[in-house]
Amino acid sequence: MAAQLKAALQPSRRHTRRVGNIAIQLVTLAIIVALADGAIFEAVQNLARAHITSGFGFWNKTAGFDISQALIAYSPSTSTFGRAFWVGLLNTLLVAAIGIVLATVLGFAIGIARLSHNWLLAKLAAGYVEVTRNVPPLLQLLFWYNAVLKSLPELRGSVTLPGGAILNNRGLFLPRPEFAPQFSIPLIALALGITATIALKSYANHRHDRTGKEVPVLWLALGLIVVLPLAAFALSGFPPTFSVPHMGRFNVSGGVEILPELAALLLALSVYTAGFIAEVVRAGMLSVSHGQVEAAQALGLRSGLALRLIVLPQAMRVIIPPLTSQYLNLIKNSSLAVAIGYPDLVQVFAGTVLNITGQAVEVIAITMAVYLFFSLVVSLLMNLYARTAAIAER
Amino acid sequence: MSATDDPTFLRLGPLPPLPPPSSGAGALGWLRANLFAGPANIVMTILCVALVAWTVPPLVRFFLIDAVWSGADGSACRVSSARPNPGACWAFIRVWIAYFVYGFYPLDERWRVDVFFVALVLGFAWLLRLSTPRRDLGALYFFIVLPILSYVLLHGAPLIGLRVVPTTLWGGILVTVVVATIGMVFSLPLGILLALGRRSTLPVIKLAAVAFIEFVRGVPVITVLFMASVMLPLFVPERFAPDKLVRALIGVALFASAYMAEVVRAGLAAVPRGQYEAARALGFGYWRMMALVILPQALRFTLPNIVNTFIGLFKDTTLVFVVGIFDFLRTIEAARADPKWAGPNTTVTGYAFAALFYFVCCYGMSRYARRTEARLARGVRR
Repeated sequence: MAAQLKAALQPSRRHTRRVGNIAIQLVTLAIIVALADGAIFEAVQNLARAHITSGFGFWNKTAGFDISQALIAYSPSTSTFGRAFWVGLLNTLLVAAIGIVLATVLGFAIGIARLSHNWLLAKLAAGYVEVTRNVPPLLQLLFWYNAVLKSLPELRGSVTLPGGAILNNRGLFLPRPEFAPQFSIPLIALALGITATIALKSYANHRHDRTGKEVPVLWLALGLIVVLPLAAFALSGFPPTFSVPHMGRFNVSGGVEILPELAALLLALSVYTAGFIAEVVRAGMLSVSHGQVEAAQALGLRSGLALRLIVLPQAMRVIIPPLTSQYLNLIKNSSLAVAIGYPDLVQVFAGTVLNITGQAVEVIAITMAVYLFFSLVVSLLMNLYARTAAIAER
Repeated sequence: MSATDDPTFLRLGPLPPLPPPSSGAGALGWLRANLFAGPANIVMTILCVALVAWTVPPLVRFFLIDAVWSGADGSACRVSSARPNPGACWAFIRVWIAYFVYGFYPLDERWRVDVFFVALVLGFAWLLRLSTPRRDLGALYFFIVLPILSYVLLHGAPLIGLRVVPTTLWGGILVTVVVATIGMVFSLPLGILLALGRRSTLPVIKLAAVAFIEFVRGVPVITVLFMASVMLPLFVPERFAPDKLVRALIGVALFASAYMAEVVRAGLAAVPRGQYEAARALGFGYWRMMALVILPQALRFTLPNIVNTFIGLFKDTTLVFVVGIFDFLRTIEAARADPKWAGPNTTVTGYAFAALFYFVCCYGMSRYARRTEARLARGVRR
């Protein structure tokens, strides 16, 4: 009797659970919709009260403010807010790209140094990692900007570096090559050299796999990438004229200017991120089993070769996923620019444009969409890599 | 023929041990193995020593030997005939320290901040030391009692005679600690809920959790803070508009809980499937299974990661600087800009002091995480 009752109850219990699940989801959905609806209602009222028009009409209006560093043509009197957005975005990409290269080089060097057999080197690298990782990046940025770069000599006491570069607390001024038309010839030669090197490398790998014979790729590559363009350069005639910066009474004119804000941001981002990359690299190298190193030694590989041919390729599989997330962090941290006034996307768009137009919702939504797009692209690439690099299991 | 031709030989005791090769033992051997093994290693050692010799003495001279320890204003730290090259300006820290700790919190109410600090340290000690008794009560204290107590203490309650101190007067380490603690107190429960949501089989719940987590983690923390401080006032009726600090706190709680959710999710994934099945077999419903069987194990697995997230959160508290909150770093910036003190060595000293503060806090937390990791590993090791 009791068993029958239980059997009869069983499906109905499952049924209640299903009903309960649907109810929970409906309630959640209702709460989200209600919150969003209330928020939109209030936003419309608040915006109307503040006489702020909504929509993306501001995109084509004249911006009217200046930006201290623009990679594309920009003038405060004629350029639009949309143009300002692209200027900011390019500045963000510039600092992210250079920062990623610097952080990777520094991070790999320190990560490998931390595993060195040299006690002093390993300890110094460990000290670097602990200090950079445990001090907030904003503080590091302010330190580089206010304490280091601001204490460089003033305009009058500018340091002239070899090659005609000028360094003072307004920035670093480098000579800028003025490209004559025939300058494209060495550039083409350089592109050719790089393409040829890639082809050569793939041929060399192929031959090495088949016959075990080495091709002196390094020397050939050096010839192709360095000597060929230089020869083309000499043949095409003239060295380019450089626009050398020279000191005026109130400013430095000519040349390429590297803003102290850019330099500080690059220093802070690469030094901070390098600490994390070093740890990623160390963990990756430690994940390669010790037997691999011993096998390499048994085959007679020197330690440098063993590192390059045996350990690093296997470690890369472990290193790449967290490394990309560090790259993403660097891109996101570049928004610290706002604290020192480097004109990145956040400073120009979510800062100045927002203050001028007052259209907080649209401006912040666009800014966030850009960063979300970066995240999406990077994680997509990441998944692609993970698929190709996965160990082929038997 | 001598006795050596005798083929029978019987050794009765073990040979005395040979001394180790003189080059491989003792301090000299250690040096040889760790600093001077091979030419490349020797070059490396020389370079490192050069680096240390080049950086450390000037730093010691600047921060200790040439430092200015006392003085009423910045003139003591400027170049003068008595001090041809003045070092760090510790006098600056000594004069401003109360501002760095309390901000503009009224002088005669500062005991309330002190009580808050003590109550907070007590909460941390109770919750984080694995050997203290009744850590469940500790959690209750930390997540329920402490927030109420802190609000009453810091904000004030006229009913029991505590004057209201508006948040615009708060500043310095007080604000840094409040922001970090609010982040921690809110991020853990919210993060657990989000992580459960993300692993839920109910599509609506899962979608909402995934969307929130990925959205917040995909954008810079600064934009989340901007959103909280600029957009939030638009989305609520005018009379409920929260004050500046509360808006920043909401922003911090948002991003901290999204980051925490991923950490908790990893912990949940580390709990073996058999544990879920066993709990189900015992007839537990979802919430009882989670609360009594799964979460205690998951949080235990992931405690070091939770602490690492807290370290990140602690560093990220400096970002409230950008939305105009006077946290510790901002008070340093404000103080070093004071014309009475302004100067390059004051700037460096201020930053060095701030760096020391953040380093000690973060390094302490990471040491704790590592120790706990080792201690928890002891239980699972076979």
